[in-house]
Parts: sequence; structure tokens; C-alpha cells
Amino acid sequence: MDRLLFGDNQFFGINHMSEEKARAQAMQFRDTAAILAVLDAAYDEGLRTFMCTTHERIGEICDHVRANPARYQGFRFYPCMPYAHKYANAATDHGMVGAVMHFMPDEGVLKTAMRGGMSLARKDVEGLAKILVDMEMKMFRGLETPVVFLQNVVVDLLLGMGMKESFRVFHDYVGERYGAEAGFITMNLPMLLDALDEVGIANPIVCSNFNKIGFRVSGGVEGYLAALRARPVRAIAMSVLASGAIPPREALEWVAAQPEIDAIVFGASSRRNIRNTREIVDGLYAAA
Amino acid sequence: MVKIGVAGLGKMGLSHFAIVNAHPEAQVSVCDPSKMVLDVVGRYTGVPVFRDYEAMLASGIEAVIVATPSRLHGPMVRAALEKGVHVFCEKPFCLDWRESEALAALAAEKGLVNQVGYHYRYAGPFRELKRLVEAGAIGQVTHVLAEAYGPVVLKRQGSTWRTERTEGGGCLYDYAAHPINLVNWLFGRPERAAGTVMTSIFSAQIDDEVYSTFTYEGGPSVQLSVSWSDESYRKMSTRITLTGTGGRLVADRQDLQAYLRQPPAGLAGYSEGWNVKYTTELTEGVRFNLRGEEYSAQIDDFVEAARDGRQRTPNGFAEAAETDRTIGLMLADRAGESPEALPSPRPAPPRRGWFGLKAAR
Repeated sequence: MDRLLFGDNQFFGINHMSEEKARAQAMQFRDTAAILAVLDAAYDEGLRTFMCTTHERIGEICDHVRANPARYQGFRFYPCMPYAHKYANAATDHGMVGAVMHFMPDEGVLKTAMRGGMSLARKDVEGLAKILVDMEMKMFRGLETPVVFLQNVVVDLLLGMGMKESFRVFHDYVGERYGAEAGFITMNLPMLLDALDEVGIANPIVCSNFNKIGFRVSGGVEGYLAALRARPVRAIAMSVLASGAIPPREALEWVAAQPEIDAIVFGASSRRNIRNTREIVDGLYAAA
Repeated sequence: MVKIGVAGLGKMGLSHFAIVNAHPEAQVSVCDPSKMVLDVVGRYTGVPVFRDYEAMLASGIEAVIVATPSRLHGPMVRAALEKGVHVFCEKPFCLDWRESEALAALAAEKGLVNQVGYHYRYAGPFRELKRLVEAGAIGQVTHVLAEAYGPVVLKRQGSTWRTERTEGGGCLYDYAAHPINLVNWLFGRPERAAGTVMTSIFSAQIDDEVYSTFTYEGGPSVQLSVSWSDESYRKMSTRITLTGTGGRLVADRQDLQAYLRQPPAGLAGYSEGWNVKYTTELTEGVRFNLRGEEYSAQIDDFVEAARDGRQRTPNGFAEAAETDRTIGLMLADRAGESPEALPSPRPAPPRRGWFGLKAAR
């Protein structure tokens, strides 16, 4: 896993600090060409991993990368699924069962069974989860996806409900079907690590908020670091700038001083900011 | 330990279930009429499941979270209160404000914890907004702009309970209730609603946008502007703008912007002119975060209030009844009738078996 991963929040008008900033970014990246220009800049700055949602516009990025293999040699995607908004809206419109049906292929006995309202056996539920994973993975066919993540909205929902076995199902399936390692994004890291231990997922890949001010670090930074020290984990830090509340150098110095953290995912909208981040990180880790 | 039931495993119910189930002091059971949903939840989580709401109430739970279609809130809340069970109910509370007030009175009489899921009252920037108003930061508030926009209904669509007003659907109950509730929190219930406009854009039977003007005797005028058919917003965005003799305050989920002509003595952290406070400094962390701190904070408040048997929320039934009554003012204004004369929404029998096989009350 690379030390520095490139994220995609900035491309889709997601900013946790300001709606005005989010809107400005949505305007800047209205055209996919604008996204590609920034991705090219990231590649040219030496970044090779794009950690992205399964937003439908990522499909266009995938098409472009597939069409230009020479330009993107060694470029990897870390898909993060699902793009939750479409499911949330469908759940509002069609109810929980209806939402799942909505995204299933039309053929198949499973959909017929669900339409009939009959109960589902364990293998049916697992089969259903696999179909949903396949639907999300479609856009990445033929591309390198060595790690496939489950988004925090789903991870934390399953975690809260206590559906820990589902992490195992996801982990095994992306390994089997895509030759990929499973990753888990969470807002509740210590609790997730306990759950992954319980279902026998060793040395997991996890991604969680890590920042100097403890923003959205549920239960506090010390608890997070202690949970990482308690077992082997490959940990990716996100939201290291706390949505811009901490200046970049100060934020990255703090992360680099935590040996428990293996990688950093960050977003940027310009080559200047990408280079700035890369140079700070290179310097900090070279010195260490 | 508090024994808590979750009634209704739709979008909000599942979210509440996950949050409350992660609480170390809660012991949770769930209830839903869908056998398929119960099968999956029962098998994979191991919590007790019920198809019959009354059976769950009779199972020894001390508190219940009601997250069913809005029209069912009234009878389900009443059934719980009558059994001495503390209640958290999703918003909107009741479709008829008289029922809301009756339930608020019943809960108070029985000394039961009562709460409604208006989560914005737990969001840092709105809490700070209220604190600033009470500190007199902008003097006398003369005008309020209360807005909410988002992309829920963007095309003609089939019918669900959310697309029928008698079920508690529509932009009015789903979206507008939030900014109205924030206005009530700041200024109480308005005397009048005027110029109420409720328009369908894509929906066949209900409103997709809602506009109205509220007035307070000796208080501010309020402009309400709400649409759930606006795709330019990625998700629901609620904003309150206050204009006063001493400046202006703008709050949304992300930040609070304050223009202060002269900050009152003793108001730390603010200076003359523009001030911006971001959610990163206004938001307190929570124990378990699923979809934002405010959702967890309101459930934690409920669990702890039920444990102690003592009300602690700014979102009691009485406060939610103010919002239902304000909605009543708007509906009466639109119909050209006095609020007292307006008939309550037509009672329809529940379609699904929340009360087992028994007839609806």
C-alpha cells in the first residue's frame, strides 16, 4: 500500500466544513475533464492510488483510464462502495426490501422470491450481498482494484446493528471474486476492530478519521491509537486536515508522528496543493 | 441497562436501531410487520424480534423508539404511554396538533420521558445560533429566513406513504417541519401564518415546495422557503438567517456566520464584524457516529433520560406539538379557515398489521 492515496470527495461537492466551499468545488468539477486534469496532475506527482466512491461519474474516469493504458501505467483504484445516496433515496421511495430489489438484475429466482415476500435463507442473504457488490464493481472491470472498501455508512450501520458476520462475507467475496483485499471505512474504529477480530479477519485494512484535534474521532484519538496498537492493522488516516481546520504542515506532522498509521488519504483540487502535500509527507517520512 | 424497543425498520428505524444498539446501556428488541426484514435482522443480529407492536410493549421494555409512517405515531405513542413506557418518536410528531398536545399532557401526567427526533436541535451550529440570540448578540431580531432544500422528489413517481398527506408525507411534513421546528425553538409558536403556498411540482397528490410567512406579536417576521425538489443540493440543506438590530446570523449544518455590530460584553470568542465558526469547533464528539453527531446525541439523551426517568431533551412532545400547531396554522391559512375549525386529516385504517390482527383503534 502506498503511503499517500488520492481521494475523491472534492470532485463531488463533499466538504464537511462549508456548504459554500462544497458548491464551489461542484462548479469547478462539473466537467469530467476537470476531474481528469487533477487526476493527471496527481499521477504526474507520483501518486498511483485513487481511492474513490462508486459514484456514476467515476465510471467515466474508469473508461478514460481503460482507454489510455500507457498514460496510466501502474494506476490503481481502491473502490469504496456503495455510493450510498442512491440507496438511501431508493429506500425512501420503495422501502428497504423494495430498494434492494430496485438495484437487482431483473432475471433470477432471488428477485422473484423477494417479490413474493417469502423469507430468505442465510445463503440467499449472502447471495444478495454478492450481487450488490458485483453491480458496484461493474464500472472497474479490467482495471486494477487491489483493495475494495465498504463505505462507513454501511460499515457503521452493520456494526451498530451487530451484523458482524457480514464483514466476513464481504471480505471473503472480494477476495474470491476480485482477487482483492477487503477494506473497511469507519467512524468507530475501536469497535470495528473488535468486531473484525471476532469474525477472524486478521491484519485488516481500515480507514478512519485521524487528526490532531480529534474531529469525528469517536471516543477520542487515544482510544483509536490504543486500538491500533492492540493487534496488527493496516491503518489509513482520512480527514487529517479536519476539513481544513488544521494547517497542512501541522496536520501532517502530527500524523507522521503516529507510527500506528500506515497511510494517508487526502483530496486536493490543484496540482500545487497535491505537490505541497506530497513534499511535506516525503520530507516527514524520509526524516523518520 | 435500559430495555428499549425499536418499532419500524425503515430508513430512520434502521439508523436508530444501529445507534441505540451500540449504546452500552441499551438492551434492544425490534418490531416490524415485514417478515423478511425480521428474519434477516433476527438471524444476523440476535436481538429479539416482534411482528406485533403490542407484544413488544408487553415484553417488558421500558422505552420505545417509534419510527413508523407518521399517521401511526399517535396511536402507537399512546399505547406505549398507557403501558408506562418512555417514548422517542420520529418527526413529524402527529398530523393533528390536538393529538400532539393530548399526548404531551399524558406523558407529563405519567412522568414519562418523551422526545421527538428533531435532530437539528442537537447540531452544533444551530445550538450556537440559539445561544447567540439569547445572549443578545444581534439585539432585537426583526426578521427570520428559514430554509430547507434538497433532492428528494425529482421526477414523477409511484406512490408510497411519503407521497400521501393523510399518511404524513409531502415536503411540508418531511422537510419544512425541520426549519419550522428551529423557528419554534428560537421564538415559540407564531400568532399567524399568511400567504401559505404549497405547490406540487412532480408529485401527484402532495406538495413539493412550501412557502409561508409567520408573524409574532411584537416579534420577528418569518419567511419560510422549502423545496424537496431541488437537485442543485446534494443532500438536505437547512439554513436559518436572522436579521437583528445588532447584526446578522446565518447557521446551517456546517457552520455559523455572525456579523456583529457590537458584541455584547462577556461574549467570548466573537468580535465586531464577521465571525465564522465551523462545525469542527462547534460539534462535540459522540460515542458512536453513524451519520452525524446529532443523530447519536439525541438517542444518547433518550437512553440516559429513560435510565434516570428524567426528561433532559430540548425536543419534548410539548415542543414538537408547537411545530404541529404551526403546521396547523399554515394548513388553515391555505384553506382559508380558522385553525380550530380545520378538520384533522381523515383517519384511515392502518394498512399493515402494527397492532397484530386486531382492528385499528
